[in-house]
Amino acid sequence: MSEASVRPLRRRRRIDSTALVYLALLGVIIVSAILVATVGRSFFSAGNIRDILTGMSVLGFVAIGQTLVILCGSLDLSVPYVVSLSSLIAADTMKGSAANIAPAVLAALAVAAVIGLVNGLIVTKLHVNGFIATLGMGLIIKGYLDTNYKGTSGDVPWEFQLIGATGVGPIPVSTILMIVVALLAALFLSRTRTGNHMFAVGGNEQVARLSGIRTAQPIIVAHVLCSVTAAFAGLLLASRLGVGSPTVGIQGGYDLLSIAAVVLGGTILAGGRGSVWGTIGGVAIFAVLDNVMSVLQVNPFMKDVVRGVVIVAAVAVYTARQVERRRARFGADGGADTDPDVDPSPSDRVSESVKGGSV
Amino acid sequence: MKIVSALVSPRGAVFLLLAVLLIAITVLNPSFAEPGQLMRFIQRVAPVAIVAIGQYFVIVGGEFDLSMGSVVTAQVVIAGNLVGQDESRTIPVLFLMLAFGVLVGLVNGLIVSFLRVPSFIATLGMMLALLGGVLYWTGGAATGNPDDSFRQIGRGGIQDVPVLDLIPWSVLILIVVLAAAIWFSKRPFGRTIIALGDNPTAAGFAGVRTWWVKTSTFILSSLSATLAGILLVGYAGVHPSVGRGYEFTAITAVVLGGVVLGGGRGWVVAAAAGAFALEALFTLLNFAGVPSTLRDAIQGVIIIAAVAYSAVSFRARRRGRTDVAGPPVDADDGPVDGAPETSPAREKESPPQSGATRPAIHSLEAEG
Repeated sequence: MSEASVRPLRRRRRIDSTALVYLALLGVIIVSAILVATVGRSFFSAGNIRDILTGMSVLGFVAIGQTLVILCGSLDLSVPYVVSLSSLIAADTMKGSAANIAPAVLAALAVAAVIGLVNGLIVTKLHVNGFIATLGMGLIIKGYLDTNYKGTSGDVPWEFQLIGATGVGPIPVSTILMIVVALLAALFLSRTRTGNHMFAVGGNEQVARLSGIRTAQPIIVAHVLCSVTAAFAGLLLASRLGVGSPTVGIQGGYDLLSIAAVVLGGTILAGGRGSVWGTIGGVAIFAVLDNVMSVLQVNPFMKDVVRGVVIVAAVAVYTARQVERRRARFGADGGADTDPDVDPSPSDRVSESVKGGSV
Repeated sequence: MKIVSALVSPRGAVFLLLAVLLIAITVLNPSFAEPGQLMRFIQRVAPVAIVAIGQYFVIVGGEFDLSMGSVVTAQVVIAGNLVGQDESRTIPVLFLMLAFGVLVGLVNGLIVSFLRVPSFIATLGMMLALLGGVLYWTGGAATGNPDDSFRQIGRGGIQDVPVLDLIPWSVLILIVVLAAAIWFSKRPFGRTIIALGDNPTAAGFAGVRTWWVKTSTFILSSLSATLAGILLVGYAGVHPSVGRGYEFTAITAVVLGGVVLGGGRGWVVAAAAGAFALEALFTLLNFAGVPSTLRDAIQGVIIIAAVAYSAVSFRARRRGRTDVAGPPVDADDGPVDGAPETSPAREKESPPQSGATRPAIHSLEAEG
């Protein structure tokens, strides 16, 4: 990195990472609005905003849970299968009757919680890397799905479909629910002991343990919550589709996309630093990009190219100046763990970037 | 005794697993042990093993390469579209594909080294962009069918060999790649990769040009994906889904081989053996008549079990070691949670710190 590229940024050094994510979102929105205007459409029309917010909700649910797991220094690659499985369980249990909604939702969430519990136990008690544990768990669920379901299944009653279909003004109910869950997750992280311990364990598990934290518990809780939010996503998809589908999760690519959204939201892949609101910003960036590419009728394959480039470029921008300037984890205002005016030594940066790779 | 302890060690376990699987296959289907059948099996494993060898270097260097599957797909489609039915183009396109492989690896490595993007994200972006680009180029449909001379690389071989009947080119290529990988990882540069994966700060202070070492691992991995693509054109044909999932298969194989995610520990031969074990598992499930839909589930169980086994026994050994060597040298596993729980006999078996891995490896080498 040349000196010239660092200088102009130095003034904004103290900006919190979540604020930076929303700045990036604002930039994306401005560019998108201009691009959409060039084809004679309005980016800020109620319909378009509803489209964007609808696009955010499913990935948002998955990414909230993924944020918790990544904060703990783990990963969850099994989410797409949990999404599919919970949509099937819900639709099969409902059988088209509104009376079955409550048991169906509870059944889907309970199964997901058990899956998350198993994930967490494998990671903490058997010391299997989260990447492998959840990859394996995903394969196990996939095997179950492929064996027992040949296609879509079940029937979702109209009452439940309303959740995916209605809205308050331009804001869909599903997005409101997603924001509520995000709020709960943010409160959980900041207000509860387990939430705080997640940062500690993700930041440095050894130090956390030496400080007297039971390191297993936060990781297990994070995995359980991640699977549960994935189940929310599955329920929402079931409500939108009217049936359960064994392929809906993997078609959405929620495993890698949710991880990308979390990292796009400023959370460090190695764990210990990040925020739920940053993740929501990351999800919003994806949703705006998708929306503008749909409006401009970009080739669907080209969309993937753009997504890939944006992910890398955005993370490159963050890490270039943000990696060591995250908000302090236990302080009210930043600056507790690094002095903002001192440039970190090169070796710090190297290890930081490597830690990012080696989940 | 030494061999037994090496085989049950996390590093040797993959060879034990492979042997058990191969014996089980032979019991179910005795004709599998015939040389010709065995050759076919190795031919089928070759692309997976080559990809695993490439992924090994990236993982042992402390990174991930998720773009391998897309590189395989891209190379397969490039071969299909550019070679066509024109035999004279085979060689130039081969060079073009190799150059493209180097370019992808270089871009991955430079993004990871200089833009400090975590490799998981950098190669994920590359995976999306490359696959999207290839599908955009082909319109999402399978196109082109390379000339037969090109497909011979993956399909053909040396004919009329006594006993073996046919030695496929891909088996020879695999042997060459594996030999080169072993040689390379014994060279100073290869050892530097492991040092970098174990402790990048220390490696940097020791004078390692980290960016170049890291970038070269990505180049190696995308070159190996290119090679796998060339082989796959031969018997899988040209289709945009050919490389799908290869990155996870490769990572799975490497991890089955006892290579630790996060870098610094692992042996390339074990990584290749992991690929063999994985493919042997599929073959076994096939012969055992397990429904194909359940294969994924069984694969998932085996992966978790294998990694859990190696992780748990690693920890057990380390506990024993810290007891002998006094205070723990590495901060990875402090003896916080109580007294070491290993018997004296176990301590004798597990050698001290620096030599912990070597004897196991050497005794295995001597064996096979």
